[in-house]
Amino acid sequence: MEITKAELTSAAAANAASQDLRGAEILVKCLQAEGVKFIWGYPGGAVLHIYDALYKQDTMQHVLVRHEQAAVHAADGYARATGDVGCALVTSGPGVTNAVTGIATAYMDSIPMVIITGQVPTAAIGLDAFQECDTVGITRPIVKHNFLVKDVRQMADVMRKAFHIARSGRPGPVVVDIPKDVSFNKTAWTGYPESVEMRSYNPVRKGHSGQIRKALQLLMTAKRPYIYTGGGVILGDATAELRELADMLGFPCTNTLMGLGAIKGSDPRFLGMLGMHGTLEANNAMQNCDVLLAVGARFDDRVIVNPKHFAQNERKIVHIDVDPSSISKRVKVDIPIVGDVKEVLSELIAMIKESGVKPDAAALAGWWETIEGWRKRDCLRYDRGNQDVIKPQYVIETLSALTRGVDTYITSDVGQHQMWAAQYYKFDEPRRWINSGGLGTMGVGIPYAMGIKLAKPESEVYCVTGEGSVQMCIQELSTCLQYNTPIKVLALNNRYLGMVRQWQELDYEGRYSHSYMDALPNFVKLAEAYGHVGMLIEHPRDVEPALREARKLKDRTVFMDFRTDPTENVFPMVQAGKGITEMLLGSEDL
Amino acid sequence: MKHIIAVLLENEPGALSRVVGLFSARGYNIESLNVAPTEDPSLSRMTIQTHGSDDVIEQITKHLNRLIEVVKVVDLTEGAYTERELMLVKVRAVGKEREEMKRMADIFRGRIIDVTEKSYTVELTGDQSKNDAFLEAIDRTAILETVRTGGCGIGRGERVLRA
Repeated sequence: MEITKAELTSAAAANAASQDLRGAEILVKCLQAEGVKFIWGYPGGAVLHIYDALYKQDTMQHVLVRHEQAAVHAADGYARATGDVGCALVTSGPGVTNAVTGIATAYMDSIPMVIITGQVPTAAIGLDAFQECDTVGITRPIVKHNFLVKDVRQMADVMRKAFHIARSGRPGPVVVDIPKDVSFNKTAWTGYPESVEMRSYNPVRKGHSGQIRKALQLLMTAKRPYIYTGGGVILGDATAELRELADMLGFPCTNTLMGLGAIKGSDPRFLGMLGMHGTLEANNAMQNCDVLLAVGARFDDRVIVNPKHFAQNERKIVHIDVDPSSISKRVKVDIPIVGDVKEVLSELIAMIKESGVKPDAAALAGWWETIEGWRKRDCLRYDRGNQDVIKPQYVIETLSALTRGVDTYITSDVGQHQMWAAQYYKFDEPRRWINSGGLGTMGVGIPYAMGIKLAKPESEVYCVTGEGSVQMCIQELSTCLQYNTPIKVLALNNRYLGMVRQWQELDYEGRYSHSYMDALPNFVKLAEAYGHVGMLIEHPRDVEPALREARKLKDRTVFMDFRTDPTENVFPMVQAGKGITEMLLGSEDL
Repeated sequence: MKHIIAVLLENEPGALSRVVGLFSARGYNIESLNVAPTEDPSLSRMTIQTHGSDDVIEQITKHLNRLIEVVKVVDLTEGAYTERELMLVKVRAVGKEREEMKRMADIFRGRIIDVTEKSYTVELTGDQSKNDAFLEAIDRTAILETVRTGGCGIGRGERVLRA
């Protein structure tokens, strides 16, 4: 059969049109346009086109993790440390269900992320195909928003929206589910959309000036003022403004677990963390203040514990938050200010400067005197000089002292070690304390640390963990080797699921139901098996030399197995249901 | 206290389940819910009847607003509004019951829209209490089937909910 000229021309035209890009290629271009440098993921059938497109580019580094949960945690840790949107890529079905814990963790702490998930081809959706699951349905309650891309022509628009939603307003994870045919199909690439228009989504930035003025008046008449800030100040990059405000007013300050580093840990105005394991002075000030300025915090159950007890004392509350649903959720507030904390604090500072009003100095001096009285109790003291057994607090204090002045990131898992790290490490800068506060996910520590180390190769990155938590994502030691992310793992190994054991001691008359860790692996050999350095530290006198030695091994991941006191408890402690000033300060209170 | 919340949202697949999921996840009540596209087919209008303390209702409206696809939320019960619900009731209608049932439908300004030898289907529109009253007024044993749309509401006078 002869080919006519007309047919040849049309074939040429089709060729020109085939300069259209595949969905997967468009996805990569979108990620590049967003400036994504790292993407953590795990390949599988539904994302093969996307992995092929990744193979053909060289501006982004893909990190192959060992479990999808860790891909999301690593991208989450990266986002927490840098403020950028963290990106992860997983396949359909089990890839997604494995990622769910990571997504929920990021959601609870409002971390900006875009998680790309593969889906079975559109024609197979709903037919119980191999590795199919209802990703949009499963992730709906644990994302800020999610999308199913049904047509390749929507790809660029959806990606633009996904990044915009993830990082604006109260940040959060966004899932983009991409069926395999959509990543394969072609369409014209017309460039990354410059702007995004959504009539249904316009987060407020500027606070209401009238409300800010009212807040200012209230703050200036306060006799016992207190500043309480949470993760919102860190995520909103409002540390500089907060510190300026604290300098101008001279008020005492506290941070939540998620807010540590907003006020310098070494600043005398900082009363320590508050809440269930907060300091005596931080909690007493919370209960006894007459005007409370809450910034980017949400009065959650680990902070206020029993809201009825909290309400027994009268106080006026100003609450600044970007999310209106966080205001008056557990505690009624008097002056709500909805807006970006950085913008609102800036406006408040400008108003103070302009008005020239000063806080009531005499009253403030009296209030500080009361606070210093509480401080004298030294609620964080412990058996420091113990020469027989390693006190976990001592490991953290030593680390804090050794890394003073060095740009250091501390990640943790969840449990006693997490609380000790929060209490005893002095965080002087924001985004340096990386942990799962809201969901309380064991296993985040190593993935967080490796995500951060990739972005901050010059900084020191420590993962403070326990022998329980660390085993939940320990396979990532393998990823650390492959991508040369030398982190230092400090396992406070007390042979117990410590926080569970502590509650069982206090609330269940010492019935230690399944909180003892028998048959632990030899962590030193395990670290070596993964190609790293392992250290066993059993005596208090070896703690500091071991930490010094580990720090010297700059290019190696070091797993430090500290055998700590198995009976040590986290104090102070407010037991569930109690008021925040009804604290146990030490074993003598038991 | 009863509240009627009107929601304007993007007419997109999954938007409805986000709203319903929010209520179940946070333990809020839904007494009735109705939803359909508006004159602008890209938008759906939803009417949710719920009850709860003022604090709970405040949280419900805030959380609804937080959903990305929700354009506007109004608690109609905060001002003057009208509410209507459509109800279809199939009743047994034999012998002398036929005349009685017809009269009852007339009193409630209902219409009989389907007739067989043994039954009527009555169409009634009104607020929910009126429809409740009709069911109370007729012989309960005569009711074969009831279907109600749930209330839909609109603000009175100048109150307008638009994108």
